[in-house]
Amino acid sequence: MTAALSLQDIQPGFADPVYDAQRIFRRLMDAMARPGRIVDIDADIVPPVPGLEGLSAIALTLLDFETPVYLPRGEIGEALSGWLRFHCGCPVTTDPQEAVFAILSVTELLPISAFNSGDPKYPDRSTTLLLACPALEGGKHVSLTGPGIKEAAHIAPSGIPDSFWNEVMGDRSQFQLGVDIIMGTSNAVIGLPRTTRINEES
Amino acid sequence: MNAPSNLPANRVYNYAYLDEQTKRMIRRSILKAIAIPGYQVPFGSREMPVPYGWGTGGIQVTASIIGPDDVYKCIDQGADDTTNAVSIRRFFARVADVATTEQTEEATIIQTRHRIPEAPLQEGQIMVYQVPQPEPLRGLEPRETETRAMHAYEEYGLQYLSLYESVAAYGRIAGGAGYPVLVDERYLMSPSPIPKFDNPKLHQSEALHLFGAGREKRIYAVPPHTDVRSLDFEDYPFEIQSWDEVCALCNCDSSYKDEVILDDDGNRMFVCSDSAYCGERRKQGHSGPLAGHALDQLDQPEDAE
Repeated sequence: MTAALSLQDIQPGFADPVYDAQRIFRRLMDAMARPGRIVDIDADIVPPVPGLEGLSAIALTLLDFETPVYLPRGEIGEALSGWLRFHCGCPVTTDPQEAVFAILSVTELLPISAFNSGDPKYPDRSTTLLLACPALEGGKHVSLTGPGIKEAAHIAPSGIPDSFWNEVMGDRSQFQLGVDIIMGTSNAVIGLPRTTRINEES
Repeated sequence: MNAPSNLPANRVYNYAYLDEQTKRMIRRSILKAIAIPGYQVPFGSREMPVPYGWGTGGIQVTASIIGPDDVYKCIDQGADDTTNAVSIRRFFARVADVATTEQTEEATIIQTRHRIPEAPLQEGQIMVYQVPQPEPLRGLEPRETETRAMHAYEEYGLQYLSLYESVAAYGRIAGGAGYPVLVDERYLMSPSPIPKFDNPKLHQSEALHLFGAGREKRIYAVPPHTDVRSLDFEDYPFEIQSWDEVCALCNCDSSYKDEVILDDDGNRMFVCSDSAYCGERRKQGHSGPLAGHALDQLDQPEDAE
């Protein structure tokens, strides 16, 4: 059951959908191919929720009628829901298992196991998590290894609870299944595909 | 040559030919392919303005990633100046407003049919492969349901058996192209029909490698700095091709060579398969035993369009 959209309240999307989506996809692809690297996403949009510029631009780039999206509850979810339904035409779901994409904030996390981790024969059907962080530096230090990383990468996104890192490490132990994560702020992202192995630093 | 231009003021097709929904679908598949290196992601392959087998998978991957700032190179069996390479390069110059090049170092996207350039790839470069058969196990097991289960449960005994039979029959692991590899020690992958000479270039590469199979509707990827191991046995280690001859034009003794028959008397020459690499070496003053031969002139850069 979805209420009719009030079009006056909908913020615009990309100024140039073709070139903007291409530019943002290339930066995102770079982030996923080189996990742990902080990639400037250069999102030139005004999203309905301030601070979510990076992840909102990624949502505009990737979402459409084929991709049910899970949104946080409350005001943020409400605002994003109308905006994404208008620009992307994507179904909004409250069932994390059904979500192809999920947009979450570190303040209202769900257990990672709530999301779809794919099928052994079709591991690509898992959820991609777009996780909004206050900053990509200044938090707990973790080191990363795996495909895309030459030796080891070190990141310290802020606001991530220890329990979440533990869940991610558990999720990574069941490769080829797993949830792929994109951490983002207003202007930058870090890709953490399921191949990236995470180690806590003391 | 007389097709209308596709510049922004007068767009005939969408930028880069594909519609935006198709690009989104392919982009999502590419991201999952990168997240599961070597795994074949199914995708909704579209009809393209060339027949299957002419690079429809590679073209769709390129069209989904390319932007106006890219510099595009396209090779066919190592050469920039063969029909397939020339027509695909012109296609993207026209529909995507990109600069094109024959120099490996200058390119940001290199689309290839069955070779990896000799010049080392650099960080930031993207290789796009045109793949006829993405499934390395297809020759051993025709059913997709079965091969999918074999990948899911890492059941690759049949592949090793096939290599063993080759050793038993020929005394070595035969097969020169499309030699199977294990990516990040998990997924068995066909590197597309590149010669096994090129397999080691995939291991811990600086570049991102994207594979597109249009007819078979699969996309897969090898991210940079990923382990890629060619299958072998302890007593029959993996070996690449080597030649006794040097390149007849540029004298290179380390490149992959094509054999060219020159006349009916059995005369032949061996030349670098990578035409840009060979041309660059000749420009630097290297010259081989047949330097000055008529074929020397054939691969001058085509006139700028």
